[in-house]
Amino acid sequence: MSGLLSEDVLSHIGQQSEPRREVVTRRDIRKYAIATDNRQAKYLDGDVAPPLFHLHLFWDVVPLNELSPDGVSIDSLLPRFPLEKAMAGGLDITYHKPIKPGDWLTATRTLTDIYEKAGRSGPLIFYEVVMEVRDDNNELVVTEKTTRILR
Amino acid sequence: MSPAPTVGMAIPERQHHCDEVQQMLYNASLWNGHRIHFDVPYATEVEGYPGLVVAGPLMGDWLHQVVDEWLGDAGMITGIEYSNRIAAYVGETVTAGGTVTAYDEATGEVTLEVFVKNVREDVLTPGVITVQLMPGS
Repeated sequence: MSGLLSEDVLSHIGQQSEPRREVVTRRDIRKYAIATDNRQAKYLDGDVAPPLFHLHLFWDVVPLNELSPDGVSIDSLLPRFPLEKAMAGGLDITYHKPIKPGDWLTATRTLTDIYEKAGRSGPLIFYEVVMEVRDDNNELVVTEKTTRILR
Repeated sequence: MSPAPTVGMAIPERQHHCDEVQQMLYNASLWNGHRIHFDVPYATEVEGYPGLVVAGPLMGDWLHQVVDEWLGDAGMITGIEYSNRIAAYVGETVTAGGTVTAYDEATGEVTLEVFVKNVREDVLTPGVITVQLMPGS
């Protein structure tokens, strides 16, 4: 290990975002279903949200002047990493219950891990962010773990 | 759900053609302003890609869809694990599909290995999806 990760970077593990509460609308479900090439009537009509709709609902809505020049929003949950080139990431999602129009959902994101591994062509940094989506009865709706790799 | 699950069975595949309009609508629906998805000079000259990059989570969505279409109203997807390994570019046609790797008749839980692949048969987005069948279906 090359010891890329300073105490300061590692101290961000456990950091949590402000909870975000959003309402699900039929129109948003319809737009998402059409844009993803879906062809099932229940989604195209917006009766129920297709899986992965929570990505649409909770993608950060940031002002234009806060986007980086390449058009990406800066994730305030993350520290400044010593490696910056993003490689493929992975997702691990559990769906607990369906999402329907009128649902108010709240998402909380937590930076759960940062670690490094030796890659074939140099060190790699991994980080994991867990997003929990709950309804107004505080019941889990979706749990999502994102793992990203930097080189 | 047709056909019913048996271990080793391939579910019906689905092709997706990645075009500019769909990329634009998809990324706009997320509020994703990343230039590699819509700005050709930026994607090719600055980032060095051969074309506009298809959004990674869109291919994740196609993994869900190929299983969800097979399922119909017979059950629901309860989980997925996938990664974006290789990029797809606007103009390409990709194919989503999967194979049943486990089926527990007592609990109704089905596991499938799923993929999105390109015309060269490269697996771009491998994954595993779990499904819960409704009793009686």
